Amino acid sequence: MASVSGENAVTVALTLTEQLPGLQIVVPLMGAIVCAFLRRGNLAWLVATLVTWSLPVISFLLLLEVQESGPISYKMGGWAPPWGIEYRVDQLNAFVLLLVSSVSAVAVPFARKSVAVEIDSDKHCWFYALYLLCLTGLLGMTITGDAFNIFVFMEVSSLAAYILIALGQERLALLSSYQYLIMGTIGATFYVIGIGFLYSLTGTLNLVDMTGRMEMLGLTDAVSPSMLAALAFIFVGISLKLALFPLHAWLPGAYAHAPSFVTVFLAATATKVAVYLLIRFLFSVFPTTAVFSELPMSTILLVLSVAAMFGASIVAIFQDNMKRMLAYSSVAQIGYMTLGIALANQAGLTGGIVHLFNHAITKAALFIAVGAVFYRIHSVRVEDWAGLGRKMPITMAVFALAGLSLIGTPGTAGFITKWNLSLGALEHGYWWLVILIMLSSLLAVVYVGRVIEIVWFRKPVATIDEARSPPMTMMVPLFVFAVAIIWFGLETSMSAGYAADAARFLLGGGGS
Amino acid sequence: MSPAIETLITSYNYWITIFLMVAGLYTVIAKDNMIKKLVGLSLFQTSVYLLYLSPGKILGGTAPIIDPALKVYSNPLPHVLILTAIVVGVATIALGLALVVRINEEYGTIEEDEIFETGTGK
Amino acid sequence: MKLDLILRVTTKIILPFMLLFALYVQFHGDYGPGGGFQAGVIAAGMIILYALVFGLRAAQRVVPMSLVQRLIPLGVLIYAGVGIVAMMKGGEFLNYSVLAQNSVKGQHEGILLIELGVLVTVASTMVGIFYAFVERGR
Repeated sequence: MASVSGENAVTVALTLTEQLPGLQIVVPLMGAIVCAFLRRGNLAWLVATLVTWSLPVISFLLLLEVQESGPISYKMGGWAPPWGIEYRVDQLNAFVLLLVSSVSAVAVPFARKSVAVEIDSDKHCWFYALYLLCLTGLLGMTITGDAFNIFVFMEVSSLAAYILIALGQERLALLSSYQYLIMGTIGATFYVIGIGFLYSLTGTLNLVDMTGRMEMLGLTDAVSPSMLAALAFIFVGISLKLALFPLHAWLPGAYAHAPSFVTVFLAATATKVAVYLLIRFLFSVFPTTAVFSELPMSTILLVLSVAAMFGASIVAIFQDNMKRMLAYSSVAQIGYMTLGIALANQAGLTGGIVHLFNHAITKAALFIAVGAVFYRIHSVRVEDWAGLGRKMPITMAVFALAGLSLIGTPGTAGFITKWNLSLGALEHGYWWLVILIMLSSLLAVVYVGRVIEIVWFRKPVATIDEARSPPMTMMVPLFVFAVAIIWFGLETSMSAGYAADAARFLLGGGGS
Repeated sequence: MSPAIETLITSYNYWITIFLMVAGLYTVIAKDNMIKKLVGLSLFQTSVYLLYLSPGKILGGTAPIIDPALKVYSNPLPHVLILTAIVVGVATIALGLALVVRINEEYGTIEEDEIFETGTGK
Repeated sequence: MKLDLILRVTTKIILPFMLLFALYVQFHGDYGPGGGFQAGVIAAGMIILYALVFGLRAAQRVVPMSLVQRLIPLGVLIYAGVGIVAMMKGGEFLNYSVLAQNSVKGQHEGILLIELGVLVTVASTMVGIFYAFVERGR
């Protein structure tokens, strides 16, 4: 690729390494196009799998490069920033890129059997095309350094997600998809309004340039009205997308009625990318001192996070539908991520960022377990699962393990999050917050414990007569996530180490 | 005329934007009919187009096609952004209407309250 | 419907001009107002008008749904393909400057190809949406 004849090339030809930020988006986009041309579902699955497997390789190389030599800039279309769209990879989004691509890569084999039974066979190719398009959008939102480009990728991923959810078997899936569409579009439009204010304030759409211009305008310590309006609209818009507590109404329905694989994929990636955007705007675009000292941003986020941790967990306890229960648990877990943002110190932010990863692997394992059970017994109602531990021991063991991680038991990934969050809270002298974190974990004990009790200690019911171990394509992702939950609970240099780097980068140099 | 009132009148484009924005959002929240909700959503998005386009126009400025006789140009970037946003909006509304058609086929109604009355639509 | 002689005859006269106007808008999109989006919608309008006057079945004989489903990804393929060719020639994704001998020629050729991709996808998507809605409820 590097050997282009010199006379034709206008500029110095880019090497493959320099093309990596572009390839991160182009590869899944091409995969989506290929899938849309195909006729046979198995072939589309194969394409989707190979494409998804190539993505973590790219993002891992990007992460290594960022660790070594600082942020990478890629001029999309050859137009130099701040005029053109810039793809910018730094410590924070390199981590999120790796998270999204690797979790998808582990989960995608699960799609094969699950999609085969849950989706009509004539729609399989379009299903995989949309899945890859959604993935393209999520990766694009993460990698791009242009505020409006974020909106475009947001809508690419959201529109694909609405369709994927609507493909669920029950007719409630359509209703959930419609409600998500309304809420999601309002969220995205709020975000665009905020960007409009920022654009008229600074005259630029490049995130790094925006920060510089706001500094030039002397807005690092003071807050101007249009900046306040921009912040408010962007905060509410992104909060709708990430399902922050009072704005979470779309999430339980969408997760509960989507096809199993879509639930796994969206639960593990979509809200994480939205949380990333919130972190990006609060810490790296808007002047951090203005946001956190002049405005009560910490207090707002703290109250909403704690409300999410308790409110959603309590609702989760009373759910009979397993997917709906885990969806409410997701809302609660998002509370821990935003809690890390609210604390806004090294340990707290590390906890928030590492929880993106820890919650992604935990929830992916849980939803894959639910999907595997649904594949065998066609029910996600918890009463129908009684005694299932005897029929599907490995699946239910992984479910229990991931449940422990959700609670935050030492030795699992979830513990690392709560440890860091508690350290961050103590740094502020918020000892009461540490107690609240522990109390909310007890609520998780109740809703996870209830399922474990039913599954392992009740007499088997008739619905599970047919149940047996799930097929290999479901077993392998389940096993990998289970190992990851323990591995990242014990050996934290990879996950928490990178998260700490990202936090240091955000709190130290800002967007420089 | 006092300067405050003059500012209020000359920034009429923002009043239109705000009116459309609130009217759209109100329709989305208050109406039960799913098509009306989409109409409101569309109105809400349209207000954003106006929010972007009106500050980009410079009175007396022309289209940004370079010509020695012309000195003042309007900013073309908001138009490009809004062209993109319009396409996104069309896609969203098309998908929303498609969902409403499917919902009508499954439930026999597009009134949200009627769907929820019949036992959360099961 | 069958007796609407004036409608049928006028439509038949208008159709080629609509296509011509679509192509005019398409090929002036690089320097003047216009481009693939507008041209695509006009071209799709031609098919939709034909379907309205002569019936859905006649329109689907000309442009069947299976063809529409192929054309939607084809346009995106042209678009992404141009970007990938630019990448293979050592530029960034969608950097048209490296497509030809010099950057002015490259930019020109690049945008024409991109607009072609946009035309194909927009036109086929519009026709696809129309077919999908019309086929319902009969």
